[in-house]
Amino acid sequence: MATATRYIGKPLKRKEDPRLIQGLGHYVDDLRLPEMHYAAFVRSPYAHAKVRSVDVSKARTAPGVVLALTGADVKGAIGFVPCAAQIPDMKSAPRPVLAVDRVRFVGEAVAVIVATDRYAARDAVDLVEVDYEPLTPVVDPERAMAKGAPVLHEPYKDNVAYRWELEGGDLKKAFKQADKVIRQRIINQRLIPMAMEPRGVMADYKPGEKQLTVWSSTQIPHLLKTQISVMLRVPEHSVRVITPEVGGAFGSKLNVYPEEALCGYLAMQLGKPVKWIESRRENFQTTIHGRDQIDDLEIAVKRDGTVLGLRCKVIADLGAYYQLLTPLIPTLTGLMMCGCYKIPAARMEITGVLTNKMATDAYRGAGRPEATYFVERAMDLVAAELKMDPVEVRRKNFPQPEEFPYATPTGLIYDSANYQRSLDLVLKNSGYTKLRKEQAQLRKKGKLMGIGLSTYVEICAMGPSSAMPAGGWESATVRVEPTGNVTVLTGSSPHGQGQETTFAQIAADMLGLEPDEVQVVHGDTAAVSYGIGTFGSRATAVGGTAVYKCLEKLRSKLGQIAGHILGEDPGKLVFRDKKILSKSSKKSLNFVEAVGAAYVAKTLPPGMEPGLEAVTFFEPTNFTFPFGAHVCVVEVDSETGDVKVVKYVAVDDCGNVINPMLVDGQIHGGIVQALGQALLEEAVYDENGQLITGELMDYAIPRAADIPWMELSRTVTPSPVNPMGVKGVGEAGTIGATPALINAVVDALSPLGVRHVDMPVKRERIWQLLHKPSGRAPAKAAPKKRRAR
Amino acid sequence: MIPAAFEYHAPKTLEEALRLYERHGDEAKLLAGGQSLLPLMKLRLAAPRFVIDLGKLRGMNHIREENGKIAIGALTPHAEVEHSALLRAKCPLLVETAAEIGDVQVRNRGTLGGSLAHADPAADYPAAILALDAEILAASTSGTRTIAAREFFVDMLTTQLRPGEILTQVRVPILAPKTGTAYCKLHQPASGFAIVGVAACVTVNRSGKIEEVAIGVTGLGPKPYRAAAAEKALRGKKTNPKLLADAARTAAQGVEPLSDLHASAAYRREMAAVFTRRALERAVARALGKKA
Amino acid sequence: MAVDIQVRINGKPHDSKVEPRLLLVHYLRDTLGLTGTHVGCETTLCGACTVLVDSKAVKSCTMLAVQADGAEVTTIEGLAGAPEAGGKLHPVQEGFWEKHGLQCGYCTPGMILASVELLRGNAEPSEAEIRRALAGNLCRCTGYQNIIEAVRYAGKKMKGRKR
Repeated sequence: MATATRYIGKPLKRKEDPRLIQGLGHYVDDLRLPEMHYAAFVRSPYAHAKVRSVDVSKARTAPGVVLALTGADVKGAIGFVPCAAQIPDMKSAPRPVLAVDRVRFVGEAVAVIVATDRYAARDAVDLVEVDYEPLTPVVDPERAMAKGAPVLHEPYKDNVAYRWELEGGDLKKAFKQADKVIRQRIINQRLIPMAMEPRGVMADYKPGEKQLTVWSSTQIPHLLKTQISVMLRVPEHSVRVITPEVGGAFGSKLNVYPEEALCGYLAMQLGKPVKWIESRRENFQTTIHGRDQIDDLEIAVKRDGTVLGLRCKVIADLGAYYQLLTPLIPTLTGLMMCGCYKIPAARMEITGVLTNKMATDAYRGAGRPEATYFVERAMDLVAAELKMDPVEVRRKNFPQPEEFPYATPTGLIYDSANYQRSLDLVLKNSGYTKLRKEQAQLRKKGKLMGIGLSTYVEICAMGPSSAMPAGGWESATVRVEPTGNVTVLTGSSPHGQGQETTFAQIAADMLGLEPDEVQVVHGDTAAVSYGIGTFGSRATAVGGTAVYKCLEKLRSKLGQIAGHILGEDPGKLVFRDKKILSKSSKKSLNFVEAVGAAYVAKTLPPGMEPGLEAVTFFEPTNFTFPFGAHVCVVEVDSETGDVKVVKYVAVDDCGNVINPMLVDGQIHGGIVQALGQALLEEAVYDENGQLITGELMDYAIPRAADIPWMELSRTVTPSPVNPMGVKGVGEAGTIGATPALINAVVDALSPLGVRHVDMPVKRERIWQLLHKPSGRAPAKAAPKKRRAR
Repeated sequence: MIPAAFEYHAPKTLEEALRLYERHGDEAKLLAGGQSLLPLMKLRLAAPRFVIDLGKLRGMNHIREENGKIAIGALTPHAEVEHSALLRAKCPLLVETAAEIGDVQVRNRGTLGGSLAHADPAADYPAAILALDAEILAASTSGTRTIAAREFFVDMLTTQLRPGEILTQVRVPILAPKTGTAYCKLHQPASGFAIVGVAACVTVNRSGKIEEVAIGVTGLGPKPYRAAAAEKALRGKKTNPKLLADAARTAAQGVEPLSDLHASAAYRREMAAVFTRRALERAVARALGKKA
Repeated sequence: MAVDIQVRINGKPHDSKVEPRLLLVHYLRDTLGLTGTHVGCETTLCGACTVLVDSKAVKSCTMLAVQADGAEVTTIEGLAGAPEAGGKLHPVQEGFWEKHGLQCGYCTPGMILASVELLRGNAEPSEAEIRRALAGNLCRCTGYQNIIEAVRYAGKKMKGRKR
């Protein structure tokens, strides 16, 4: 960057934190308006049923209740839940905001109550009588595809939502030339995002001004504003969405949910503010789930470990309806299926299937962790089959650094990378060679220790609009106020990522100011230009670049003003220490004087517009492709099957770094979320379509004691795609870490002939493998006697 | 998230509490910390008409030595058991067990009496209470009676407590010389409850002979129990690793293990053996004065 | 049938009439407007609602307001008034800021209060002790590592002040 970097690259403490550590932030439920009313929902206990009748008469007359509405009451007044993703020949699966005559998953709302307080609203839910005619639920996606399965969305004849294919390179040749073809079925289980703050919505309508304001815990305030306008048929300029503090999202709030439109509708009906706060139980049942793929893999490989081709058939369980991006997510798996390897030919076939479950959608990583997981498992399967070290197989298949930009057979152009360098560093930092020696020693003693490797690449900075369902750009407005403070308004909508700090770092360096002089504003559609939001590791690379471009414009204008006043060449001025100064003549103008000149407008260069505000809608030319290498070491308790992660070493490369402390924080959190998937997490529906992991009592997310200390370091390979050379880091850990752990577990169990284990590695699953080793003969180490110790 | 409405009573004396409880019978629930009851009420799996809060009773939160035993008031929070110097010196099994319950916040509010009376089949305390042959005191308007731990647990969420009876105190023995105890547990990863929890109490003489042994098991079946076959296999024998392992293998004898999302019956049965052996090994080592 | 309660919250006495079923967390948030205490589950597992009741960390969603009658409650808003803080940021709050111990911030007040209880009993906890003491507090953002750093930072600071 052509600017001084006093703050960029430094671990600045966050500007967001003082309010959050003192309990002074405001999440939706912390906001309160006069005459506040509370909504509560009546939800289906059945996964699949006809709704014969919904009787809200008793609820209507309950104490405190002011309104009780059924699906029939709002049908026609509120549009369907939107889906922005379209795939050719996709079946439609329209979801009304309240079910009318049929429910298709447990938790689907059939009625809503509004009362004067939340206790009264909750009490009245129990007074609603619903007559259901249970239908056979369709739970297993493979059975859902079978002939004769009950159909979710008639008049269609089956539950296949779509089929999608992608092929590149000469696949026939690849499989013909292969010395071996390795096949493996790999399950990527369904997950619950479990943001700490459940969803929440508050709506207020001012009939005089015809203004509907909706506060929502969302990642996409502007898209939500548009969708509320469409769903409620209210002019868009009459809708304002405000996103206050958001307590985590991980993709689960990159969506438009029935409750958001309904609260708006209820506030308009009542002329009173209405709030709804999701309970954790509701959150588990009715906020989107993640992953849920069955991946059937075929790998064509030469004897020396060169992978010639990869074929994958995916069955994607989409759930009962489409949320905003549901059908699109598995296609990202297709794009990234070759990982960081130079695989010349690849083919992906996806079958999206409708089942009686909550919709799946974007959950941290969204389609890419699935790809990374299976391709990293594939590398280890190749290594096991050919009796090679997993490191060697990876090296054999990496593209060389000079081959970038590198085109994949799936149609992507990887921007920049040096996979060898990150792998070398992680091997060094983890003491890989020593670990292998230790492992050999432990194996002699009958101990099960495993070392797992993952080298990943991910696709970030989503993205060019041509590749996105609804715009992949981002907006920014930067205003220098007359007194010299700076206001950055961003279309990004951070919810923990810390852009109030990082964008202030960028602005401070570009303008020669202190970060404290910069205020970052986001999440209010009435204040901020239309934007896209925060997801897909895009906020810094796309949103940050929009800010950067605004700052360039302001520097240019301020430079011209200062040059005009100082009689200097604007091109030779620098911004430093609250001054605009000429390096050659040492003449300078205080920043605030130049700003004043722009507003007082008496000493501007001829023809220049007054004011100091720049607007940018930045359209990226490509995605970015961060990458890294992780090593995970596990110990398996041969008696209980318990897997303990004893060491975790990561090297990540997200291009240039604005704030290393925040980057590390993203990596930490991402890795732990991935370890959660690998070790603990699984959303389980029983054969009746009941979500039996319906509470934190049964769905385990990692606690502090479940995970090891993580040792991080990084390499820096700037992206050529944007001027700051940044790539994005929000999802890297989640994408890189699951295969590292599973590869470690499989490595630990490999002496028993185990070549694959599905996630999560629950103790009993491992225990079964240890005690009934999948029909294969135990390897030389013969650890059978260990049980008596 | 929101409990159904109820009528609230906060008696100041045990007598008053007993009268209220007698009057309201089945329709009343006792609140003794609330770490199990309140979540059930919030999910509306429990909706009592009356809640009798024992929190204001005096004299039911204590740990003291009395007549050669240690008496623990029913309203003593787990955290106080966990941090009791008296118990650490004279009945460390309870300390070790209390430390395994839930988390810090739960241990600060949940009480010994509340946990025992609730009789969750996966609760931790019952294993220790059984292994210690504790006595449980139950009061009613007609007086106080003592229930032996072995008789106390009847079935899932069911105890010997009669309608109108309130658990007031638990009495545990002081650790005999040459005795070691241990509690070993396999956690359910989400809730932290015991998939299997085994409390062992072993007395070993100078020559290494097991003079007395008691093994309490929780989590395995609908109610906690004493692993009688294992105890029998150990009593009077000279301790050695194989003996302990073989005895532990009988830990699930005669029990129909529960089966759920987190552990099948077969796995629970196997884990009962593993954790019984581990508890025995640790208890024996402690009895012999070794670090474990 | 409302019940009278007297509670000291962050040093201030409050006399209130509450419905018996009112949860302490709703009393704090809705009745008194102390919204720094958050709600994250209904099964006593996430710890977002942790406050100090008579100096002990408890989950305020698993306690009725009536049970707090006669008690002293400290919420995140009142932590600056704690003896270790002396009206400024509490060392634990400072630690969370210094060490980037929070991202979305939702678990943070509960996490901070659970850490305060830990450090009052043990100013130099080991990594394992910190992990164990925070078993009742879930965080989905940070992976806990910087939280551990934050607690250590605060412990050192508190020990230094005592000298």
